[in-house]
Amino acid sequence: MSHAQPSTPGTQGDVVTKDGAKSWFYTPEVKEHFFHPKNFLKDDEDMAMFNAVGKVGSPACGDELRVWMQVDPTTENIKEFRWKTFGCGSAIASTSMASVMVTENGGMTLEQARGLKPQDIMSRLGGLPQRKFHCSVLCDKALRDAINDYYRRAGKTDKIIVESARVIDPVAKVTDRDIEEAVLEGAVTIEAVQQKTKVGIGNPSVLPAVEELIRFYKEKYFGA
Amino acid sequence: MSRQVYLDHASTTPLDKRVLEAMMPYLTEHYGNPSSFHSIGKEAKDAIDEARANIAKLLVVRPDEILFTSGGTEADNMAILGYARANKEKGMHVIIGAFEHHAVLESAMHLERKENFSVTYLTPGRDGSITPEQVVAALREDTILVSVMMANNEIGTIEPIAEIVKAVKASKVPKTPPVFHTDACQAAGVLDLDVSKLGVDMLAMNGGKIYGPKGAGFLYVKRGIKLQPLMFGGSQERAIRPGTENVPAIIGLALAFKLAQEERKEENERLTVLRDRLINGVLKTITKTRLNGHATDRLPNNANLSFMDIEGEALILYLDAAGIYTSTGSACTSASLDPSHVILSLGLPYEVAHGSIRFTLGRSTTQEDIDYVLETLPPLVAKLRSLSPVNVDAKYFA
Ligand code: FES
Repeated sequence: MSHAQPSTPGTQGDVVTKDGAKSWFYTPEVKEHFFHPKNFLKDDEDMAMFNAVGKVGSPACGDELRVWMQVDPTTENIKEFRWKTFGCGSAIASTSMASVMVTENGGMTLEQARGLKPQDIMSRLGGLPQRKFHCSVLCDKALRDAINDYYRRAGKTDKIIVESARVIDPVAKVTDRDIEEAVLEGAVTIEAVQQKTKVGIGNPSVLPAVEELIRFYKEKYFGA
Repeated sequence: MSRQVYLDHASTTPLDKRVLEAMMPYLTEHYGNPSSFHSIGKEAKDAIDEARANIAKLLVVRPDEILFTSGGTEADNMAILGYARANKEKGMHVIIGAFEHHAVLESAMHLERKENFSVTYLTPGRDGSITPEQVVAALREDTILVSVMMANNEIGTIEPIAEIVKAVKASKVPKTPPVFHTDACQAAGVLDLDVSKLGVDMLAMNGGKIYGPKGAGFLYVKRGIKLQPLMFGGSQERAIRPGTENVPAIIGLALAFKLAQEERKEENERLTVLRDRLINGVLKTITKTRLNGHATDRLPNNANLSFMDIEGEALILYLDAAGIYTSTGSACTSASLDPSHVILSLGLPYEVAHGSIRFTLGRSTTQEDIDYVLETLPPLVAKLRSLSPVNVDAKYFA
């Protein structure tokens, strides 16, 4: 099995310790957002000002993230963005950075915000350790959830994009999302993905589809 | 930089200056290979023989029952894999604690997955203790090996090893009593390791947690017990652990062990006071916190506390910025993204593992250090809680 990690331009701060476990350090930007988080929801906030909310839990490490948005109904720009997260330093820093990115310069439109990728957040942070990618994916997902919520409340159901999970292996009950998560956690070979998800172990006929998905997500997140 | 408070002594300790001094000549002047026949080699051989004898004296065992290793992990691997492989015709069942150190846990899991052994994992009580009755209940006709650690490295609970061993040896199942191994890595500086009282057949220990050198440890193996070697290539350590001996490290290990045992009573008393000051201070001043592990049967230097609604890695990084160095059982810090198997084995929810912080005190820890932690911690916890969407019910983690 190959233990090589894909190399990514956004990756920084990965240090391999002597026991082979991945250790890491944070960039100054990550530190700034971690120690001085921006736009998190305060206790005394007027909740009536928000017209969309999003919520996501990470299957990877049990973390949770919630976001609240105020969207201008005519221009559909994000005017305010607040968040709360239960997670590590990277999760806090990426959510804080995302909140800045979607509201700066008058605020992104919902369509622009939908185009925001985890990599964009990471590169503004000066990179995240590889094993922390999934933390920035988490806030990207919460943002999408909130965008859908806005459209739902506004009655624009045609704008809702449901990223539903597709079952790949009905025996092991593994979906394309599970494979996406596994790739994000650094499993980029079929063996590594199997180890994490058990996909195709009792059902080898699905393996070609799994391989294709691994390639797809690898390209999507690691660009190679 | 302002105050620096190292509270991660269970990970590793600094080297004792006295130990360093004793090691120095063996790095330079007495550089011989103990296997050589000339005088320089003989010097080194004599030195490790003396170290071995000193260790044996502290354990109340014979010198030839001590096998030097590269540390606790190797000693544990040697005990579990080495014994199981050499004795599988007697039976293929092994019993271990569910919260053993990974060196024991993963060795047993390897036997189970790849070598057809069956393994019983003993679930400890909520406070982390394993009872003699529960071990006896797990014994089978084909049980050949039982391994329970003396004290847990994460939550600090001390196990009643002597009683467990007695009960296991008295049981009629299996017909010949199984061999008993204990991982004493965390206990070496704290508990009485007199094997004649403990009754164990194998015991693993290392230097890096008792102010000795890293990369040095030993396995006590009772005479007559057969082990299959994990390495090949020489006759050192009775050919069970070949390879040129790490002479300076062995000298350091023996002295560090001696000093730790000599000074342990006094140090235990001092640390217990500081530990309790930390535990009680946290539980009193910060809401929604809990102590993990046993309240009294615990290592005098271990305070494992969970701070609900926040994630441990974020907290250790905030503490780190304040000069306080600790560790956590949170999933976010582990390479596998799994929360601590120790805390989960206690039947406690994920949230408790995620918010767990282990403070382990040591020789350098002072009351001022503890007070600094008690003063620094509350605002950091409050800040992270203000960022958190989670608010678990107190009943949930009690
Ligand atoms: S939130 Fe768990 S690793 Fe980042």
